[in-house]
Amino acid sequence: MTAAEPAADPAERTATESPALRLAHVSKLFGGVRALDDVAFALGRGEVHCLAGENGCGKSTLIKIVTGVHAPEPGAEIEIFGQPVTSVTPTLARGLGIAVIWQDLALFPEMTVAENIAFDTLVGGRPRGVNYRAMRGLAAGVLDRLGVGLDLDARLNTLPIADRQIVAIARALAGDARLIFMDEPTASLTQSETDSLLAIVRALSARGVAIVFVSHRLAEVLEIASRVTVLRDGRLVGVYPTAGMTQSRLTELMTGRQFSHAVRARDLAAERAVLVLDGLARRGEFEGIGLTIRAGEIVGLTGLIGSGRTELAHAVFGLTRPDAGTIRLDGRALELRSNRDAVAAGIAYVPEDRLALGLIQPQSIADNIVLSVLPGITGGAGLISEPARAGVVGHWLRELAIRIGRPSDPVSTLSGGNQQRVVLAKWLATKPRLLILDSPTVGVDVGAREGIFAIIRDLAAQGLAILLISDEVPEVYFNADRVLHMAGGRLVGEYDPRQITLAELEERIYA
Amino acid sequence: MRNLLRSHPTEARLLVVLVALCAGLGIGSDQFLTLGNAASLLNNSSVNLIWAVGLLVVLIAGGIDISFAVAASVVQYLCVYAFAGLGGGNWLIGFLVAGALGAGLGFVNAGLIHGFRVISIVITIATFNAYFGLLMFFTSGRFLYDLPGWWSRRIIIVEHQSADGRWAELTLPVAVMLVCVIATWALINRTSTGRQLYAFGDNPEGARRAGVKVATMQFIAFGWCGMMAGIGGLMQVNITREVVPNALIGRELDVLAAVVLGGARLGGGRGSVLGCVLGVMLVAITQNGLNLLGVSPYAFKMIVGATILIAISTASLRFGRAPVRGHGTARKGH
Repeated sequence: MTAAEPAADPAERTATESPALRLAHVSKLFGGVRALDDVAFALGRGEVHCLAGENGCGKSTLIKIVTGVHAPEPGAEIEIFGQPVTSVTPTLARGLGIAVIWQDLALFPEMTVAENIAFDTLVGGRPRGVNYRAMRGLAAGVLDRLGVGLDLDARLNTLPIADRQIVAIARALAGDARLIFMDEPTASLTQSETDSLLAIVRALSARGVAIVFVSHRLAEVLEIASRVTVLRDGRLVGVYPTAGMTQSRLTELMTGRQFSHAVRARDLAAERAVLVLDGLARRGEFEGIGLTIRAGEIVGLTGLIGSGRTELAHAVFGLTRPDAGTIRLDGRALELRSNRDAVAAGIAYVPEDRLALGLIQPQSIADNIVLSVLPGITGGAGLISEPARAGVVGHWLRELAIRIGRPSDPVSTLSGGNQQRVVLAKWLATKPRLLILDSPTVGVDVGAREGIFAIIRDLAAQGLAILLISDEVPEVYFNADRVLHMAGGRLVGEYDPRQITLAELEERIYA
Repeated sequence: MRNLLRSHPTEARLLVVLVALCAGLGIGSDQFLTLGNAASLLNNSSVNLIWAVGLLVVLIAGGIDISFAVAASVVQYLCVYAFAGLGGGNWLIGFLVAGALGAGLGFVNAGLIHGFRVISIVITIATFNAYFGLLMFFTSGRFLYDLPGWWSRRIIIVEHQSADGRWAELTLPVAVMLVCVIATWALINRTSTGRQLYAFGDNPEGARRAGVKVATMQFIAFGWCGMMAGIGGLMQVNITREVVPNALIGRELDVLAAVVLGGARLGGGRGSVLGCVLGVMLVAITQNGLNLLGVSPYAFKMIVGATILIAISTASLRFGRAPVRGHGTARKGH
């Protein structure tokens, strides 16, 4: 940079001089709701640009407009690689070099890897014969460029989630995309998989492919992107270079609120022990697990995916049977034959995959909350007592400050944060002694995360023992009283957040 | 075989069951493994097979059609009047008219399903009733025997005299069935449209985002099913030489069960022509075998029902188990 042009950010300059995409005055109404309000957006060729904002801020709608899934309101200006476009269709967008990796993948589980990757060659234009050899060739070429080996003939639904993510990326690259949207591409990846994805993103960027990156993991965003566009409630907040941006500043911009980050660990060694595990083991999953959680204590359990954290939680919740060791709750040894026994003993478990396992999506909020306590609200004739049901539902809606329309609305209409609260309510209604939370903030945006942790701390203050399982080290660091580190099925470290810095802790866990 | 077992477990299992069944019946009855019996099995199954591959396309695209057998009856009646109006008609006109009328009735289903965004089972139960009601009302249940000569004449494609002097004959419906089966196979496996049908049945939203035209998919799937219904109806008349308004009602469920037995999934995205043919033939051979073994016809439905139940439940025991989800268990050892 010469002295003659001091202020211009290089990425911003590319965006003006050779834009990959330029949007102006983009609005979108759904019914009466303004999902996007006069938003502008631009990025240059080869730029990695992050689109940030809380759930419901309009990120996904913006992507859907650029890719032709939704039409914008009249007056929108869309320019793709310098070419003004009046109405975008999925086929046109692909023809112009735009590809999307959707958050929900949008792949075809019953079709093979090769067909999924090369699927876009089948769509658009006149009906024609299928050239499987060419499709396989295309798929193999793309996977080769990515440096991954996958069985081209395997049906997609036989692959683990991370491999499906790779297939989604390969599909985006198969069409020689010059502009790729990645909507939460790392949500289901482990750290090392995330690292290789970020390496792929950098390589693509170096080849001139522009990338719009959407992620809830702000550290990732700041690492990979050169600029970030922040949306809030469908409006543009601003465009910022990532150099000099911090996570907390970005959170502020996204939520419009300030959060204080402080270690909240307390010393609870004098409290009564609620859960005591001794020598707990299950072949192939975990071994020699000994831990104690005291009344009112929040114990963070972290470690890489596959370290056995979730398996341990399943055993404590009676979903699987340990081969050896004891589980004691309030001093009583438990022999759990099923999770019903665990619930009866006072253990509650909020699973990792909230959408699939924790909630019955099409059913109402009220029905979901009372699901775990149906016997308790059933009257003499075996019918559900309406006043008892309304009582339980009303109590927890107030207690957890769940923002809803009506209790009879389906759960699927709620935001991620509010859904998580409904799951919590469902389990708290069983009046547990021990609450196990497995990755409670996956898919929940930053603002709502704080709300959930405030609830968790409240519950602890009322004497509940809490086991908080999370991938995200900062989450356990700032919210737990003690942090346990699990690796290879064993507990390998115990840390007091007051005696270690976040950076040190992260280094030990990711090392 | 190992490859087939891996990529198409349902079809491979059906094939094994079918071979075992044939071997058993061959031992139990000296008539079963004769050319004559094989030929009559094919002749009698051809209409069901034509309908089955039509229905398969709808199932793959994630829909279901209850109305096709009744639609075939409607096509038969309309054909009688159309051929009279066209000066008697001939086979070419016959196929064109029956195929077009059938496709038209399929388009009605597709139009209602897409237009009102109502699931296909509801719409096709409605059209099933509407078609049948209209048919009974306008025909007053009358049978028609006065058919053009070309239509009711038995046409032998291949014949062979065995040493004992008995004839084995394959008739026109078998040839038509083969064409329909091969055409459907080509459609769903070898054309871009067919793969879009699979994708649409598998993940409708994903297909839509990829630019697959949803309405087109519905019209192709139900149109194809209707066309096969019409052609099957035309062949049915060639076999029975009469048009009876309530002759075909109820057949839709037999065909549906056989297609699902063949590995097609209610809900879309899965199913093959091979499995579909094997499913229909398994049911047909079971019935044929019971016949030859002298079992009371009253027991047929019961035994066929039990066969389907056993086949489907054992298939889901072995292969229907959902793949293990969740990181820890599925990716242990990484």
